[in-house]
Amino acid sequence: MISIQNLTKVYDGASGGTHALRDVSLEIPDGDIFGIIGISGAGKSTLVRCVNLLEQPTSGHIVVDGTDVTTLSGAELRAFRYRTAMIFQGFGLLAQKTALENVCFPLATGIGRLPEGARDKGLELLGRVGLADKADSYPAQLSGGQKQRVAIARALACDPTTILCDEATSALDPASTEQVLDLLAKINQETGVTMLVITHSMDVVRRICKHVAVLVGGEVVERGATQEIFQNPQHKVTKALLGKGDWNA
Amino acid sequence: MLSGWGDFVAEYSGLLTTGMLDTLAMLFVSTGIAYVFGTVLGVVLYLTSPIGLKPHRVFNGILGWIINMARSIPFIILLVALMPTTRALVHTTTGVVGVTPPLVASATPFVARMIEQSLAEVPRDTLESVVSFGASMPRIVLGALLPEALPSIVRGISITLISVLGYTAIAGAVGAGGLGDIAIRYGYYRYEDEVMVVTVVLLVVLVQIIQTVCDLIAKRIDHR
Repeated sequence: MISIQNLTKVYDGASGGTHALRDVSLEIPDGDIFGIIGISGAGKSTLVRCVNLLEQPTSGHIVVDGTDVTTLSGAELRAFRYRTAMIFQGFGLLAQKTALENVCFPLATGIGRLPEGARDKGLELLGRVGLADKADSYPAQLSGGQKQRVAIARALACDPTTILCDEATSALDPASTEQVLDLLAKINQETGVTMLVITHSMDVVRRICKHVAVLVGGEVVERGATQEIFQNPQHKVTKALLGKGDWNA
Repeated sequence: MLSGWGDFVAEYSGLLTTGMLDTLAMLFVSTGIAYVFGTVLGVVLYLTSPIGLKPHRVFNGILGWIINMARSIPFIILLVALMPTTRALVHTTTGVVGVTPPLVASATPFVARMIEQSLAEVPRDTLESVVSFGASMPRIVLGALLPEALPSIVRGISITLISVLGYTAIAGAVGAGGLGDIAIRYGYYRYEDEVMVVTVVLLVVLVQIIQTVCDLIAKRIDHR
């Protein structure tokens, strides 16, 4: 269970602070696929990046399985991050390493040595995302959808308890998007891994999310089971995102 | 004037061969050592910069200032100013050995900036992904940052080698030997134009080889 409590993030700027997140509280049950939707600048990326402390929250707590992760540092933080995989909009693959080397990268020790069985595990994971034949290809030789599937295989390498998806399909064409979403849903079903899915697309929410929260101006304005939100949206932004309302209403 | 090419070769081939070997020794030894120190400094500069993983404004500012200071001292001045230190380090201030410390001192800050530049080209997403699955700092630097930047670093090596080659010619003026020394002594002081022309041609060829080889290696190892 991920419990986000009164999370606030303020970016210092020349003209005072900018509130990216205001007092956000969310509970994400184990095994859920939890969507966070909002338009650009709503603070959704900041929110997900606070969960694995790529951004340090200004105030508030993030409690994962009973541990307040905002207090972690050093080796404890690295161990937490190891269990909390992340998938990026821009894939974040190492361009000078093959698909297999990318997948195995998180498994290597401090000096870069691969433990026994890591290679086999990497190959198995590539097989699972349907890219067994691309093990020796470099990212530049892969399509966007294939790169994201390599990134998903890499995310799975550490047997994570949580996967954070930051606009994972926003850079992909519709066919690749569908393929990646199906894969994420299948992984969630098979492993029970919790997923936090950041997106600006209601379509992504509808396809895979069990719950969803709508973020507007750094605040959660609406939350609930996906079906309920789709059937009975309350906030004007939710309605607009669903195409049921006017953006300027 | 010499009567023919055969006489020229007979008279100067030994001198030019020694000069070429001295130049190569100065060039590669000092650049090699400069890359050891410069890479460390470049990594530290990058990591502590505002876009780095451990931003530290004050430390980065001071280090950057020191590096800029070192880079702004003309090489010939640095060479003379460092003579006591050079003597203490290698017990001589002449010859190939005697100019290696000032060459290293001059090339190191240059290398630091080249490395910093190359590291800054690594995409933010790539770096964050490595951080996000819990890699330690040594692993990030040695496993991801430097390997990702390697093609760019290799291109930087050609630029560094070619500027150090220019410094070795200046070092020749204080008795370091090498092709630059020969060009000055025979060409400039003794008006032996042929010798000067041949040394310059050799230096041009050397520069072309360095550039071509580095470009080839960079292309070969770059998988983007």
